[in-house]
Amino acid sequence: MTQVAANNVSLSWYEASARQRIDALVDAGSFCEYIGPELREISPHLSIFDLPEQFDDGIVIGHGRLDGTPVLIAAQEGRFMGGAFGEVHGAKLTGLLRAARALRQDVLILFDTGGVRLQEANAGELAIAEIMRAVIELRRAGLSVVGLIGGRAGCYGGGSLIAGTCSRLIVSEQGRISVSGPEVIETNRGIEEFDSRDRALVWRTMGGKHRYLIGGADTFVDDEALAFRQAAIDALKIKRGCDTNVLEAEQNRLERRLQRFGEAEDAVDIWQTLGIDAPTEIPALPTDAFLRAAKRRENADDAR
Amino acid sequence: MEKLSFRLTAARSAGGSRAQAIVGVVASGNLEVLLERTSPADTCTIEIATAAHGFGAVWDAVVRDFVARRPAGGLRISINDGGARPDTVALRLAQGVRKIEEPER
Amino acid sequence: MSNWGMQKAALGERLTAGRRHAKGKIVPLPSLPAFLAAVIRSGDRVCLEGDNQKQADLLAAGLANLDPAEISDLHMVQSGVVLPAHLDIFEKGIARRLDFSYSGPQSARIARMLFGRKIELGAVHTYLELFARYFIDLTPNVALIAAVSADKDGNLYTGPNTEDTPTVVEATSYKNGLVVAQVTEIVDKVPRVDIPGDLVHFVVEAGRPFYVEPLFTRDPAAITETQILTAMLAIKGIYAPYGVRRLNHGIGFNTAAIELLLPTYGEKLGLKGKVCTHFALNPHPTLIPAIESGWVDQIHCFGSEVGMEDYVAARSDIFFTGPDGSLRSNRAFCQTAGLYACDMFIGSTLQIDLEGHSSTVTTSRIAGFGGAPNMGSDPRGRRHPSEPWLKAGAEAAPDAAPALRRGRKLVVQIGETFGERNAPLFVERLDALELARELKLDLAPVMVYSDDVTHIVTEEGIANLLMCRSKDEREQAIRGVAGYTDIGRARDAKLVEQLRQRGVIRRPEDLGIDPLDADRRLLAARSIKDLMLASGGLYRPPSRFRNW
Repeated sequence: MTQVAANNVSLSWYEASARQRIDALVDAGSFCEYIGPELREISPHLSIFDLPEQFDDGIVIGHGRLDGTPVLIAAQEGRFMGGAFGEVHGAKLTGLLRAARALRQDVLILFDTGGVRLQEANAGELAIAEIMRAVIELRRAGLSVVGLIGGRAGCYGGGSLIAGTCSRLIVSEQGRISVSGPEVIETNRGIEEFDSRDRALVWRTMGGKHRYLIGGADTFVDDEALAFRQAAIDALKIKRGCDTNVLEAEQNRLERRLQRFGEAEDAVDIWQTLGIDAPTEIPALPTDAFLRAAKRRENADDAR
Repeated sequence: MEKLSFRLTAARSAGGSRAQAIVGVVASGNLEVLLERTSPADTCTIEIATAAHGFGAVWDAVVRDFVARRPAGGLRISINDGGARPDTVALRLAQGVRKIEEPER
Repeated sequence: MSNWGMQKAALGERLTAGRRHAKGKIVPLPSLPAFLAAVIRSGDRVCLEGDNQKQADLLAAGLANLDPAEISDLHMVQSGVVLPAHLDIFEKGIARRLDFSYSGPQSARIARMLFGRKIELGAVHTYLELFARYFIDLTPNVALIAAVSADKDGNLYTGPNTEDTPTVVEATSYKNGLVVAQVTEIVDKVPRVDIPGDLVHFVVEAGRPFYVEPLFTRDPAAITETQILTAMLAIKGIYAPYGVRRLNHGIGFNTAAIELLLPTYGEKLGLKGKVCTHFALNPHPTLIPAIESGWVDQIHCFGSEVGMEDYVAARSDIFFTGPDGSLRSNRAFCQTAGLYACDMFIGSTLQIDLEGHSSTVTTSRIAGFGGAPNMGSDPRGRRHPSEPWLKAGAEAAPDAAPALRRGRKLVVQIGETFGERNAPLFVERLDALELARELKLDLAPVMVYSDDVTHIVTEEGIANLLMCRSKDEREQAIRGVAGYTDIGRARDAKLVEQLRQRGVIRRPEDLGIDPLDADRRLLAARSIKDLMLASGGLYRPPSRFRNW
């Protein structure tokens, strides 16, 4: 008989470290780390660049219980190298996902990443591909992979591709999801197209509220560990496989969405088209008011 | 990276029973401190890999003060440093000892 | 027979010349270049606003576009050297000599130009000092000022960012000088008359607002645990025992941390109503939680702060506002308030030497003084007593006869022992001395002199310099809080321990503070968004601070 006890201390998800997030997310005392820092599985590449290493290579993996149910968890540390994927970092997540299939357990991925490390580009990109494959194989076996996004580094590059393969995504206002980051867009397309210093624009384009409204995320929560925990518990109750039907539904959803909103110049135009009252007020709304206003959002419930 | 190593006599050993604890993150101005209860009870070893070169004398002073003031015996302490200031280092070391002394759940 | 009206006659000529390019008092924007060339004379003493925050940027650009072959040798007297144009006029040979107070954003370029002898330096002043000289020996011939709006009679509304304008206009207009204002728009009726039209000769409609530097917004997300520890030390070790009600906070993350700790840590210590009730302060967003939870009775402001206008207008019980509802700031009066009506100044600095002299000058940057030395100095002209002032005076001279023993203003320097880029706060020799040698200055630019500093607060503890009885004690008290810097590590450990026994040095543990408790969760707001929410949505943060 397992003891189920939630951590009831308030914690800002955005401010928290990877380990603090895991601690706050799972049932008290239920987390057991795999390949912990004492094993010193560090990056074999960073020392070539004379860069500091971290004992866990910036990702914490292990198992725990969520409201009594066993789950596997991975949490990226967004402050170490921007949470970016490297060889060991990536391998830990790949291995966790493959273990999940063998153990027949769901997985929670706490994303906080700028993408792939430049210093470990090849290994990092390979890892992204392996991880995406592992996620799909896990889902085809009938299990869930739930992504939680709300940290300082956001969820960019290869991380956002992985997020795109997850069964459900939970996002807070601080979270951002995009393949290309603001500076990259500005460099490639010019400041007229995208001013990366216009932070309100960045958040309208790739931030948590917009992603929720446009069907890029399934649940929107406060920047609060308990809110993420409850959302994860709820998300895991939804079972969805990953067969050709699901993929076709997702493809159709994306095509429809592109058709409907492709001409929009700014997220506010999209929100307007969605039929939201006072779309320009959306960024300033507190969570409950936002969720009420967001009733007309795009969702991916019959797809993904 | 500059590597530094210290082996000091500790007056008191760390309380509690946890085998290990870890605090901090490797980032600019920050550091991670891994503590393992694998040294003799009267000894504290501290191994440092630091991105900031030439501060050996400062590390020496910080580490000695730490071992003199906190119950550091029995600990093998390993540090990855991203160029943190001495007061941040002292803080993390103290946080580490507090964490390893925390009762197990 | 002498002519005693020469200045009035000269003014008359400028007015005639200017009117050729104006309709009444209004100068159309396309006529601005010709107008400026007509009213400004070579060798003029020109005051260009150049305030701490607001900038008469249209007029600055106009000045920089003058032809140096026609107009040169100007003597610029201005508070702030802030815009690139302020230095362009020297680069181009339009201006030659400069008297100023603050140059934060241009601190690197102005240093290069001073070293390169492109600028003839009069002196670097504090704001109040410069204002004082506007009335004695630096009176402007021409003042180029910035206002929000004007009517056709030249009545000006300067709004929340009134800042230096009344002082500049008073000195210029009443001494036969010419006053030219740039405004965002000309209106039928201004919301309130900050500057009467009688004193204003010409107005230019810029069609866009003047530029304002957001200087006093500190993002709570950037406050570190060490800064929180110094804030806890300051509150428990200085604010509480001296009972500091009336004060000024210099800008910085340490003081921002103090402001955000009042509703939490300060509340826990039972200090509400006992400290921090009256401020000479700009509208710091980080003070919002303390104001909202009832800590503050009143604030007078030097200027405004970007995004705070609506919040201030909605809190007229706390701030100074006009009949129109918006903030009325006034730098000269607020500086005077900070000097005489406050019992404490607390602020950060870049370097402190072994005597306790404090400076923000480095060899490659000259930021000037701004207002800090006014606040950060003991005003010997003060006569009215208060509890903190008398207590500090007694600590400084315990053996003097009480009735003849004047008080002391608390002047606190607060900071981490290692600053940005791990540069030590404590040094053997101030960079300011090197600068003085290079530029052949009579005085090294010192922000706060050692005989004014009363306390130094670092993460290692508080040094009370009032209680030091010799130069040696003073030096060791400083070394005793200098942490692991070279200065700190060279301390006489025995002497420092004695000072600690006497209470001259107090460590966190002596005050019952555990450094491990210095946690970001103590902050009443941990992000700009938290501040916005605490203000009920009234605070509108500038875009660069948003993450939503």
